[in-house]
Amino acid sequence: MVEGARRGLALERLAITHAGRPLVALDIVVAPGEAATVMGPSGVGKSTLLAAVTGTLDPAFAMTGRVRLDGVDVTGLPTEARRIGILFQDELLFPHLSVGGNLAFGLPAHVRGRAARRARVEAALERVGLSGYAGRDPATLSGGQKARVALMRMLLSEPRALLLDEAFSRLDAALRDQIRRLVFDMARRDGLPVLQVTHDRSDAAAANGPVLELHP
Amino acid sequence: MSDAALAQRPGGPRLRGRALPWAPALTLAVMLGPVAAGLAGTVGPAFGWMPALGGHTLTFEVMRGLFDWPGLTRAALLSVGVGFAATALSLAAVALIVAGWRGTRAFGAMERALSPLLSVPHAAAAFGLAFLIAPSGWVARALSPWATGWERPPDLLTAQDPAGVALTLGLVAKEIPFLLLMTLAALAQARSAQGATTARALGYGRVTGWLKAVFPQVYRQIRLPVYAVLAYSMSVVDVAMILGPSTPPPLSVQVVRWMGDPDLALRFRAAAGALLQLALVLAALGVWRLGEIAVGRLGRRWAEGGGRGAPAVETALRLAGLAAGLLAALAVFAGLAGLAVWSVAGFWTFPDALPDALTLRTWERHGPRLGALLAETALIGAAATVLAMLLTVACLEAEHRHGLRPAQRALWLLYLPLIAPQVAFLTGFQTLALVVGLDGGRAAVIVAHLVFVLPYVFLSLADPWRAWDGRFDVAARALGAGPDRVLWAVRLPMLLRPLLTAGAVGFAVSVGQYLPTLLVGGGRVQTVTTEAVALASGGDRRLIGVHALAQAAAALVPFLAAVLLPRLIWRDRKALRHG
Repeated sequence: MVEGARRGLALERLAITHAGRPLVALDIVVAPGEAATVMGPSGVGKSTLLAAVTGTLDPAFAMTGRVRLDGVDVTGLPTEARRIGILFQDELLFPHLSVGGNLAFGLPAHVRGRAARRARVEAALERVGLSGYAGRDPATLSGGQKARVALMRMLLSEPRALLLDEAFSRLDAALRDQIRRLVFDMARRDGLPVLQVTHDRSDAAAANGPVLELHP
Repeated sequence: MSDAALAQRPGGPRLRGRALPWAPALTLAVMLGPVAAGLAGTVGPAFGWMPALGGHTLTFEVMRGLFDWPGLTRAALLSVGVGFAATALSLAAVALIVAGWRGTRAFGAMERALSPLLSVPHAAAAFGLAFLIAPSGWVARALSPWATGWERPPDLLTAQDPAGVALTLGLVAKEIPFLLLMTLAALAQARSAQGATTARALGYGRVTGWLKAVFPQVYRQIRLPVYAVLAYSMSVVDVAMILGPSTPPPLSVQVVRWMGDPDLALRFRAAAGALLQLALVLAALGVWRLGEIAVGRLGRRWAEGGGRGAPAVETALRLAGLAAGLLAALAVFAGLAGLAVWSVAGFWTFPDALPDALTLRTWERHGPRLGALLAETALIGAAATVLAMLLTVACLEAEHRHGLRPAQRALWLLYLPLIAPQVAFLTGFQTLALVVGLDGGRAAVIVAHLVFVLPYVFLSLADPWRAWDGRFDVAARALGAGPDRVLWAVRLPMLLRPLLTAGAVGFAVSVGQYLPTLLVGGGRVQTVTTEAVALASGGDRRLIGVHALAQAAAALVPFLAAVLLPRLIWRDRKALRHG
């Protein structure tokens, strides 16, 4: 770790331009266990901002500034080496894998042995009240169940930061509150810095952290 | 995009010096190299230059010899006439079918029949049609003797008529499904439903409204397939040998006869004929383009005239479209049934509708040899298809990882092997192979098949590949999976169905290839297709039935597998079972 560098997720003078026109500019540090929210109407570049953080920015955009994770500059790293997890508004469970297969996909290869991997998957399912669901087809799950599987798949991959891209907007009101609390609680317990983008004030309130407004 | 720009892209692809970025160039080389080399190998001998056969000087003598051949005018006119007629009729039929019936139950039935119709090789379909319309075919038998008074097959030239009518109809029956498939793909992009609804809300009849409001956009998208149909219909060899006239035959067939002549001097004339065939196709494409402009101008005037379409005309046009679609499907399916019956027919007198007895004797007698032919067909088809799929997936993955997205113009390159007449470059390809002493064996045939399999595999796979939700890629990468793991563990399994379909299309294209196998294989590589077409002149219906049916089955089996395998493999995966 770089001496004196702050822990957590830091976007240092991050600026994204499209065809030379400025789109988003941000300078923020999210501490471990803290959940920051970027708010703004659709089309303001919220998802583009997250694409810059995960390293999947479309070539039509250009960015300056750095992304640091626990002091390490990850700006030049490919997505899979950044260890930044992301949840979308769709769960994006892989339809060809079982629920357990989806979780095992997220589990790093350093967890060796069939039995050990299966135990980790089963423990993760148990944590979200889905014991015994490992063999299920993800297409047969309810919306709330899918959201929980997507969350555990992401956590099993041992990320060091978490991004939420309108992650709760598809869920109905009752479920939304429940899943939201689950996500933020688990992130806090694991000491993950969370950066969410949303257009919904209640998401920001649930995050209980700093809020940044983006304007068109 | 320059390498520097790629490298600077944050988290972008790592340039590990791997082969993937070269995939598009390699694919183009594999596809267009043989075409270019073949054309070069045609031009030389056409002007007397072929050192291997003692031609060391450039001369116009060969061309003069070609033009002195008495059948030339007729052969050329046949090529041009059949090409224009088959293309115009197929296009008109498809336009009427879509204009009059889109969104109806009848249209749904036609869509379902499309894949099996497309999979039937041209030669098998041509044999089936020949059996139907022959003087002793099912049509004559059904009408005799009560309607015709015929007690024995009439002395009429119904198949192989001198004007090429049977040849034209045979081509139309097979080109309607092809153009229909291309039109359906174009419709999805052209937001056609809104256009058609808007026109009908303005008081236009179903057919008139569609032709005026939607067809111009759709035609722009299917222009290249239409050009491919025109070029193919002008220069087809196998269908013309089965359904076309023989004295003289269309130019392409005559060229192949010269190529196969024991008198090697006629190789020069074959090259000249092949070059003329190319010139005819290019000229015809030019004329068609001028026709497009003229029709477009007239069409605009017609659209701006505001006529809503008289109800009687609307009905007539809709019925014409339905009749064309039904006849095309019936010609192919009834033709296959005819082949099947002939293959097991015992004694069968005219005008009985069915044979007196059924026997497996023909199948049994030719079984072992047929097995060997099918094995060769499958080997070549599988090799060409696997190579085509590897190159296609590599191209599409390079496009995904490195942003190497081809320009719209590049689509032309994909269609080039389908538009350049086979006979024009395959004769040269064979001549070149002769010059460099290349053994015209199985490997060479596979390379030649690949030229035609590749475009179809690419066209079939590109749309579903690009339509895949890229957020799955981001999700998998954020879970720590590298690009290779995403490809093998996520994208390919999710795209299993379109991959299998593309494979089936490629295999069917390979099975259907007659000329590449014949010319590049130097007569030593024999597939079920070359054997079936070779039987055409013999006229043993039972034998033809067996081989043509085997050819159709060889093309159809992979399509069945492409439908059934995903259902089996994904039986526990609801989201993928009926992708």
